[in-house]
Amino acid sequence: MTPRRVLAALGLPVVLIALWWLVSASSTSFFWPPLSTIVRAFPQTWTADPILHDVLPSLARLTTGYLVALVAGVAAGTAIGSSPTLRALCEPALEFLRAIPPPVLIPVIALFAGYTGATSKVVTIALGCLWPILLNTVEGVRSLDEVLRDTARSYRLGRVATLRQVVLRGASPRIATGARQALSIGVILMVISELFGADRGLGAAIVQFQRGFAIPQMWTGIILLGLLGVALSGLFRLVEHRSLAWYRGLRQSERGM
Amino acid sequence: MIALDVAGLAKTYPGPGGVEAVRDLTFQVGRGELVCVVGPSGAGKTTLLRCVAGLLDLSGGRISLDGTPVTGPPAGMAVVFQEYGRSLFPWLTVRKNVELPLKEKGLAKAARTAKVDAALESVGLLESAGAHPWQLSGGMQQRVAIARAVAYEPSVLLMDEPFAAVDAQTRADLEDLVRELWQRLAVTILFVTHDIDESVYLGQRVLVLSNRPTVILEDVPVDLPEHRDQLATRSSPEFARIRTHVYELVQLAKKGGRPDPE
Repeated sequence: MTPRRVLAALGLPVVLIALWWLVSASSTSFFWPPLSTIVRAFPQTWTADPILHDVLPSLARLTTGYLVALVAGVAAGTAIGSSPTLRALCEPALEFLRAIPPPVLIPVIALFAGYTGATSKVVTIALGCLWPILLNTVEGVRSLDEVLRDTARSYRLGRVATLRQVVLRGASPRIATGARQALSIGVILMVISELFGADRGLGAAIVQFQRGFAIPQMWTGIILLGLLGVALSGLFRLVEHRSLAWYRGLRQSERGM
Repeated sequence: MIALDVAGLAKTYPGPGGVEAVRDLTFQVGRGELVCVVGPSGAGKTTLLRCVAGLLDLSGGRISLDGTPVTGPPAGMAVVFQEYGRSLFPWLTVRKNVELPLKEKGLAKAARTAKVDAALESVGLLESAGAHPWQLSGGMQQRVAIARAVAYEPSVLLMDEPFAAVDAQTRADLEDLVRELWQRLAVTILFVTHDIDESVYLGQRVLVLSNRPTVILEDVPVDLPEHRDQLATRSSPEFARIRTHVYELVQLAKKGGRPDPE
């Protein structure tokens, strides 16, 4: 990155933090502690123990749920996208299921699986992440160019090669779009799933600070969540940047014409 | 020796009423021949080609390649599509695009590399092997598609208006490339085009199609010297004579002319 772009990327956050720092500096409100207090509370709050027992388990559940959704969504989406019959059968149901906000599934899952263990939280995250990945994969597979399909057929590419080299690669830009949407849904559900019947976890910790009136600590938790979100989306963009370089090039060359 | 045998080919698209695209096509292409197919637009040229390629089910008749009936895309056939930009895999480099069908054939790495190099060399694109298709011009992309077909070593090469979307100068170069590859590799080519000059310049025979529902209006032999030249051949009296004849046939086809019942 050029220095200019670094400056552009960091400019607004720096201004906002400075603003927060200045405005809150002389705050005496219990709920709006000065930013300096929050920053001082940060290293004391997030020591080895909470990182090991709150942050890492939360991230592990998020990763598991997200990966389950990714594999299941791409697999089911490819099957549905490849078959017009299956698509006609599934699409109304999918539209309905997608419209259900994932958090309302929590009471249902809790009824069947209880809500203290990790499994039910992973299921919640996976179910929420599934829809954008599934629907985008269906669309990506469906809209694959006919000429590319004919080319694959006329060169007698087998099922496996067609799936790996043609269908999945062709659908990958749409799959990435779905996966990006799913990531932010996953982070939200990671927190929400811990608000119910969990005593450890990043979301649970924030709620407990709030209930215990440990306000600066609560703020540090929220900041930590934000930082994690930025890190995860950065990681995602890194992977996307590498695997979809061809797509950016293609788009640019189309615009240039 | 017959490479491609099309007998009584008929194709009616399903749907309300059914659209009869091809009524009765019978022709043969001998091994090593270069045959062009022309016809007015909407004459079912692409339908014919997709049937021969095994991409479309027939409603009637038979197609055989080297004596084996075509029921799906046959092993000894390669297709160069008109839409070069949509028939090359944009996520693969030029080399990988050419290599993919060979990989699927089960060729070893060394043999694949040698064939890909030779094919890219023959279309003059060896130095672009590492590029992606979208980094190349239209004419170059179609060369890659031709290289992919050449490397596949088909018994019959089908070309579906391959140069319809490139500019005139590139088109002339690509026509000469096809002639050169055909002579050097002794491949059989069925070349579909809407361009009358192109069909006469390239072919040993020109099959003129009628309007829908399609039959063959006339099988025109092209008695031009084996070595063709964009300037000399195109300005020769013989070229003009055949061109005029094919032109009149296509005009006749447009007006709904059918072959005389014998």
